[in-house]
Amino acid sequence: MTTAVMATLDPKSRAAARGMSDLAIRNLFIIPTIAFLIIFNVFPLIYSLGYSFTDFRASMNAPARFVGLANYRELLNDPFIWSNFVITAKYVIISVVGQVLVGFGVAMLLNRTIPFKGLITTLLLLPMMLSMAVVGLFWKLLYSPNFGIINHALGLGTFEWLSDPDMALYAVAIVDIWMWSPFVMLLSLAGLSAVPKHLYEAAAIDRAGPLYTFFRITLPLVAPILMIAIIFRTMEAFKTFDLAFVLSSQPTTEVISIRLYKMAFQQWQTGMSCALAYIMLIMVLAITNIYVKYLNKVKER
Amino acid sequence: MRMKWTGMLAGIGLALSCGTSALAQELTIFWAEWDPANYLQELVNEYEAETGVVVTVETTPWADFQTKAFTEFNARGSAYDLIVGDSQWLGAASEAGHYVDLTEFFNKHKLNEVMAPATVKYYAEYPSNSGKYWAIPAEGDAVGWSYRKDWFEDPKEKEAFQAKYGYELAVPKTFKELRDLAEFFHRPDENRYGIAIYTDNSYDALVMGVENAIFSYGGELGNYETYEVEGIINSDKNVAALEIYKELYKFTPPGWAKSFFVEDNQAITEGLAAMSMNYFAFFPALVNEATNPHAKNTGFFANPAGPDGDQFAALGGQGISIVSYSENQEEAMKFLEWFIRDDVQKRWAELGGYTCHAATLESAEFRNATPYNEAFYQTMFKVKDFWATPEYAELLQQANQRLYPFVTGDQGTAKETLDALAADWKATFEKYNR
Repeated sequence: MTTAVMATLDPKSRAAARGMSDLAIRNLFIIPTIAFLIIFNVFPLIYSLGYSFTDFRASMNAPARFVGLANYRELLNDPFIWSNFVITAKYVIISVVGQVLVGFGVAMLLNRTIPFKGLITTLLLLPMMLSMAVVGLFWKLLYSPNFGIINHALGLGTFEWLSDPDMALYAVAIVDIWMWSPFVMLLSLAGLSAVPKHLYEAAAIDRAGPLYTFFRITLPLVAPILMIAIIFRTMEAFKTFDLAFVLSSQPTTEVISIRLYKMAFQQWQTGMSCALAYIMLIMVLAITNIYVKYLNKVKER
Repeated sequence: MRMKWTGMLAGIGLALSCGTSALAQELTIFWAEWDPANYLQELVNEYEAETGVVVTVETTPWADFQTKAFTEFNARGSAYDLIVGDSQWLGAASEAGHYVDLTEFFNKHKLNEVMAPATVKYYAEYPSNSGKYWAIPAEGDAVGWSYRKDWFEDPKEKEAFQAKYGYELAVPKTFKELRDLAEFFHRPDENRYGIAIYTDNSYDALVMGVENAIFSYGGELGNYETYEVEGIINSDKNVAALEIYKELYKFTPPGWAKSFFVEDNQAITEGLAAMSMNYFAFFPALVNEATNPHAKNTGFFANPAGPDGDQFAALGGQGISIVSYSENQEEAMKFLEWFIRDDVQKRWAELGGYTCHAATLESAEFRNATPYNEAFYQTMFKVKDFWATPEYAELLQQANQRLYPFVTGDQGTAKETLDALAADWKATFEKYNR
């Protein structure tokens, strides 16, 4: 069945001269990828599932002891872990909502004929192309209460963006919004330009107001692609590590992946951290699933 | 053509043989990135001149020193022959077999007599009082204080202080005086603040800071031999000590909730604070006019005493160990034999390293060499350290989780904080069957 679908090999090609069949070529391309995925993705995934039921510590020579669900029980009963999850949820909501508002807004502004549109779009994409750690480091300087340009520009004196426990999480989210709004903008722009012009013309003839046009035409038609952007950004924000780690060490910015890193590579509680990683994985899968269900619904409309 | 091939082969062979012979005479020491590591590189250059063995000191920033070292250990990697590791690592590294047992070497050279007693106890021996040694004390370090001499000696300030507190303005001898001085010099309107202390909660900074108060108040973190913590970590002495540490936090510069050695030195160099807590290892930068515009006006004192006259300080510093997975263990052993020689230890101190060599420490030459050496000498004989058990990192995390919100965020009381910490530690020790 599969072979029938594939194009046949040109008899004059070098591969054909060597006597390779279509099947052989297919295998040649696929097997390394599959092997790579199995060795570096699937195998560690299953192996770590096994570890999550043990008290294994990579830093010690003691053999791993099976402890059943003890790791999961301990983690889910730890109030500090729960507060890490709450912080993460707060962070995801703030940063994804911010990115969608800013990204979609900028896309709306750009979705018209303006001079240097291409150049402006490219320049706006720059933040996204920078390394997380570098972005974190220079925003730390921008936020500095003593010489940071942000306080200087806004006339905030020595306002402590990163060391104020209540403000720190917002400060980190602002950096994330700055960095990733262009991503939402790019996808929204693609969605916006795909909206058929005649719909707007029909709306104009019917004397529909701009708000009505936006909510009844623009938004529903861009929604599927916007949902994809939201799925990607939610998953990324849930796993966020670099920005929060570089910018602040406040307990109020200790998102779950920072906690996981500390558990795995500072305390070497390998078994326990595998269990936490699995809890995170299940959560991300669940959230993504809800989105995908919703996305399919939106598409059906 | 054939000649060409033979020539090439010979060339490759020669290169390979040179490569292997060079490899045998190379040693790599791993340490964190800071000035003492540069001094050590200067010292080992002299070893190379003497023996021809090339020794390289490889460094990484403090923030990932622990992670990088243990990743290499866990992978049984031979990248490093020797490591200048933190004192808390002894338990984890010795129980897992990452360090070579140096007990025989230690006894042969009578190092418990040669090195200062506290350094042997905390940098080399594990478990406590077992007589088993895993490292050679290399860089002694402890927490001390720097202060602005010009502010302290200003006659107007002296008069005002005397009027307000009823005693003379001078270097603090007790934590009570330290607190008064911090309050006195705390003037946010003038962009001058009372005191700079450690508050960073990502590794051991905050805990070290609190330890300074706890130990001087006569408290302990627990019983290091029986792992008992209840009634020790949450004793009345410790509660009082934690309360005073929290009070000191009120007199710190703005944005002081994530500060460690860099920020505490900056507090002095930028003229922000009257007094600043820091490891002695960072004091050379404070007497250097190139790095501290107030160098001439900077003085130093040892951690003050508590209400009952006890006086201790939190220990920093490291011992040097041989990594079990090194392929050059014999060569590393020879290096250690050179390193402990009296003249080498003296040279180590001259270069700026904080030797743990008792005779060198006690010499008048060492004690007068810098404005802070005397305070260092006094401190090194009254230091205490954190737990060195393999699960020390979890204990640290729990301490940070409890202490940080209280000290910087005004949450709960000192008693509640320490009771909760005692429960956390107890549960952790039970989990590991201590």
